[in-house]
Amino acid sequence: MAKENTMDKTIEVKDWYLSNFGEFEKRLNGGKESFIHSKRKAALSNFSKLEFPTIKDEEWKYTSIAPLLKYNFVPTYEKKNVSKEFIKSLLFDEMEHSLIVFINGRYSAEHSDLLNLPEGVIVGSIANEIKNNNEVLLKHFGKYADYQNHIFTALSTAYTEDGAFILVPTGKIVEEPIHIIFITTEGNEKILTQPRNLFVAEKSSQVTIIEHYVGNEENIYFTNAVTEIVADENAIVDHIKLQEESKKAFHIARMEVDQERNSNFSSHLISTGADLSRNEFNAKFNDEGGECKLNGLFMVDGTQLFDAHTLMDHANPHCNSHEHYKGILDDKSRGVFNGKVIVRQDAQKTTAFQENNNILLSDEALVNTKPQLEIFADDVKCSHGATIGQMDDEAKFYLKSRGIGEEVSNGILLHAFASDVVTSIKIESIRNYIEEIITKKFNQ
Amino acid sequence: MLEIKNLHAGIEGNEILKGINLKVNAGEVHAIMGPNGSGKSTLAQVLAGREEYNVIEGEVNYNGKNLLDLAPEDRAREGIFLAFQYPVEIPGVSNTNLLKTALNEIRKYRGEEELDTIEFLSLIKEKMKLVELDQKFMSRAVNEGFSGGEKKRNEIFQMAVLQPKLAILDETDSGLDIDALKIVANGVNKLRSKDNATIVVTHYQRLLNYIVPDFVHVLYNGKIVKSGGKELAFKLEELGYDWVKSDVAETVAD
Repeated sequence: MAKENTMDKTIEVKDWYLSNFGEFEKRLNGGKESFIHSKRKAALSNFSKLEFPTIKDEEWKYTSIAPLLKYNFVPTYEKKNVSKEFIKSLLFDEMEHSLIVFINGRYSAEHSDLLNLPEGVIVGSIANEIKNNNEVLLKHFGKYADYQNHIFTALSTAYTEDGAFILVPTGKIVEEPIHIIFITTEGNEKILTQPRNLFVAEKSSQVTIIEHYVGNEENIYFTNAVTEIVADENAIVDHIKLQEESKKAFHIARMEVDQERNSNFSSHLISTGADLSRNEFNAKFNDEGGECKLNGLFMVDGTQLFDAHTLMDHANPHCNSHEHYKGILDDKSRGVFNGKVIVRQDAQKTTAFQENNNILLSDEALVNTKPQLEIFADDVKCSHGATIGQMDDEAKFYLKSRGIGEEVSNGILLHAFASDVVTSIKIESIRNYIEEIITKKFNQ
Repeated sequence: MLEIKNLHAGIEGNEILKGINLKVNAGEVHAIMGPNGSGKSTLAQVLAGREEYNVIEGEVNYNGKNLLDLAPEDRAREGIFLAFQYPVEIPGVSNTNLLKTALNEIRKYRGEEELDTIEFLSLIKEKMKLVELDQKFMSRAVNEGFSGGEKKRNEIFQMAVLQPKLAILDETDSGLDIDALKIVANGVNKLRSKDNATIVVTHYQRLLNYIVPDFVHVLYNGKIVKSGGKELAFKLEELGYDWVKSDVAETVAD
């Protein structure tokens, strides 16, 4: 009986998002004739055909989204404002940056603050670029994030409205990082925001982008984010995502990275927020000579669930990938790491390294880790591994025997555990911000 | 300073120390020698407060306090220092971070002001000379990738910075070449004073050529079976531990 109820509920939730589409279309203000809108409609039609995943789906085996389906989140924009002080508290000390801010999914010109950017560089709201029929946008939008088979991506694509758009033209170097903040703030209703981001770094360009998600501590809301990234030939893109949503929020995100010849991409995911968070990060080498780094650090407690599903697709020869995810889990929290590396038949001379390490701070915390290596080429160097353990008692006794107390010892060891992920971030002020998060979390 | 009375202790149900009695006064150096498995390291670990070991019986009085009641960190703050037989590698924690935190935790406990960076660095510089360590070493992770000699020198260096009242050196000599041994011994000797005491746990007499003890105790099968002056160490070196073993056997037979 219970099962049937869930089933009904799922259909209800789907109907709910389908039925809200008319309302959504109304406020698009004439954007209905555009190329993007045809994608929206195609995605909506896919959405209506797809089913929400259950734990019977292999890819969702350890992550039940039933709690998410309990609510009818309102996919409409509620105008809200936040204080300058609050924004300021989210910035990194002593770092020059361009800032763009989204509140409840919509661009806030008031809080955004762009430095002098090199000629031709665009940093701003994707809604604007949709209006302008930006050619780069039309070329890449929806090309990488598959809305045929993934229901949440279909939902995002159907409701495409706003998000960040960054274009760095050929040969341009954006020296200062671009910090994008997505804030979900209280309203009368439980809302759904769907940031839709597209970052394009053209040939031999360089850029650092920070996606930063925050919400008010106790709010229940749903963020469904999709980010498409193109690193064209010889481009260098450093991407950092900080997920500091409300601990009652739901955060579902997809990041698709297209890497062309000799491009260099790095990703760092630092995740502490949300009751349930799911990150699907996929990177594909579309040509030779690429370098890719996928790093992550998640720290969860209470009943939080963190899930990372990554796919490193070595479709071409002479590419290197390096992936390292680390988790610190307390209380009854749960972690899921599913890291897949595919080395296709043509991808000779591939180097692929993957590792996942976890520390459980309580008896009830749990991690399901599944590193997967599928190799079809024969001249490759690949390794993977996973560990789950407790705090190192010997190291802890060593610190204590030097006069360092219990809490401080724990803090030192957890900082140390996190350090190889944190130190591989190139910008010191961001490293300091993350160290600060760890310090606050573990009282040291 | 330290008085151990009838100490019985063990690990996982095995009794290893079977009634240790030992008195150490300020200004003294005591050597504890004995064959492998006699309980030397267990004694060192129990005094430092390693949780895995449990005390079955007996008392340890340290400067008027019941040592066994104190947490390991409080023992360190009260002035006990253990130089580990196998110093632990801690990736991601720099030597600077470890020592600065330790020093300030100890100072806080004693109601002293924390050292600022400049004061700390000048202290470090002075103490590094003592064990001939390079400045670069401070930014390296604790013991990670250190050679055996570097690890042992690091222990003595930490001891020099933390200035304990009672230092326990657990086989600090094992595996050291003669140059490293001299550096380590020299470090220990320079720190000797009438106010502090040292317990040197060792398997070999060789170290005692460089750190001259006031008393030598022979630990065998969880008990101190012989005590004497430094000449006892020479006799042990000459006759080997079999001499002690047969001696003990005879005593039992009598």
